[in-house]
Amino acid sequence: MLKILKYSFFDLIRSKWSYVYFLFYLVISSSLLYLSGDISKVIISLMNIILILVPLIASIFGVMYYYNSREFTELLLAQPIKRTNIFLGQYIGLAVSLSSSLLFGLGIPFLIYGIFRSAEIWNFIILIVTGVFLTFIFSAISFLVALKNENRLKGFGIVIFLWMFMAIIYDGLFLLSLIVFKEYPLETISLTLSMLNPIDLSRILILLKLDISALMGYTGAVFRKFFGTDTGLLLSTLILVMWTVLPVWAIVRVSGRKNF
Amino acid sequence: MSHIIQIANLYKSFGKTKVLQGIDLNFEESKISVVLGPNGSGKTTLIKSILGMVIPESGSIKVMGTEIQNQWAYRENISYLPQIANFPANLTVQELVNMITDLRGKAARDESELINDFGLGPFMKIRLTNLSGGTKQKVNILLAFMYDSPILMLDEPTNGLDPVALIRLKALINRKKAEGRSFLITTHIMQLVEELADEIVFILEGLVYFKGTVTSLKKTFDEPDIEKAIAKILLKNNVV
Repeated sequence: MLKILKYSFFDLIRSKWSYVYFLFYLVISSSLLYLSGDISKVIISLMNIILILVPLIASIFGVMYYYNSREFTELLLAQPIKRTNIFLGQYIGLAVSLSSSLLFGLGIPFLIYGIFRSAEIWNFIILIVTGVFLTFIFSAISFLVALKNENRLKGFGIVIFLWMFMAIIYDGLFLLSLIVFKEYPLETISLTLSMLNPIDLSRILILLKLDISALMGYTGAVFRKFFGTDTGLLLSTLILVMWTVLPVWAIVRVSGRKNF
Repeated sequence: MSHIIQIANLYKSFGKTKVLQGIDLNFEESKISVVLGPNGSGKTTLIKSILGMVIPESGSIKVMGTEIQNQWAYRENISYLPQIANFPANLTVQELVNMITDLRGKAARDESELINDFGLGPFMKIRLTNLSGGTKQKVNILLAFMYDSPILMLDEPTNGLDPVALIRLKALINRKKAEGRSFLITTHIMQLVEELADEIVFILEGLVYFKGTVTSLKKTFDEPDIEKAIAKILLKNNVV
């Protein structure tokens, strides 16, 4: 599997899109740091960007990479390599290369700015960790969608819809349900609902850490009230791990039964 | 005579299309077996099932004595030449060769000899997207013959080859056979069948319709050449 991972990773790292993605983060975080100077505020701004952009880019890259490497995959399938290792290797190669763009794009400016001497270091680490989680989650989901759909257009459509649903529509429905059912006790339901969406969950994870959950809407407030900061953090992390493991498990299952 | 590949009661369908409907077949060691059949008769599906790329609904396949279901290590003994040469577009020929060698974890044997024979030298540093169909097929041949596997499965190996390359390919196949390699070839070129085949397997509608030598095929259907014999089978079964 490591060999496949290596080839996928270097293949992707050579593509210009990885550089565009890396440069984007580099420019955004440098200019935010330069303009604002307040690390805490910069982290919140970056959080809002990352929560939308990381899932979108991971989704698009995931389907694109799967469809573009079909030939490569077919060539590999005829070699003495375990099927599972081919797909896991490709997936991990993809997620790792996207994550490194994120890590270096954000890391370099913060490092130069002196994040290690700042009290905000843990908040920054949480930002990176959730970004990496979202990359792994959404590239796994999109890889799975591509694996199940031979039709590229359909694959792209489903992935874009899933992203739009989780990043935008979900919050709308969530708020709507809170307004419609405001006569009822809603704590448990809203908790469960926000756990089901990895983007919301990542937001909670960062906000709980930043200790400003009260400022950032109902979701965070409920979480803070219920779990206190440490338990909430642990639970959110566990659920993010679940969100990563489940699609990867599905990739293994689906790829094992597929005909090429 | 030992059987290098044993297939028993193999079934596969894609949706409503039943492609293989109970194939029972053995391929013998150190022989050239040619699988024939009209388009869509299941030749490629059969080959891909042996490779584990297509997963059959039921039945068993044994390669060199081991059941292949959910296995992968047995593919070390097989080289495959796919019908359509699909390669990662951005690699050069040399990079592709290096990569496959690395993945197989086994040094290539006749690499430089093959590159010479098929005139691939000037193309080694060129990206695969920029190669013509015939040159791609030569790369395909290079990859299939490079590792000297006991079993070679060639799906339409003559596609797009010029006469010189064709003659060299035939010579190569005969030489490897003499060295004890076993071949499983599909083709539509009857001349090739006549020249190479030790054994013909004719597949029709997912079943083995005929298995035997070229001579026995001609005798059974009372025709002077294979082409006519095959045509007779097809017309008799209302396939065309």
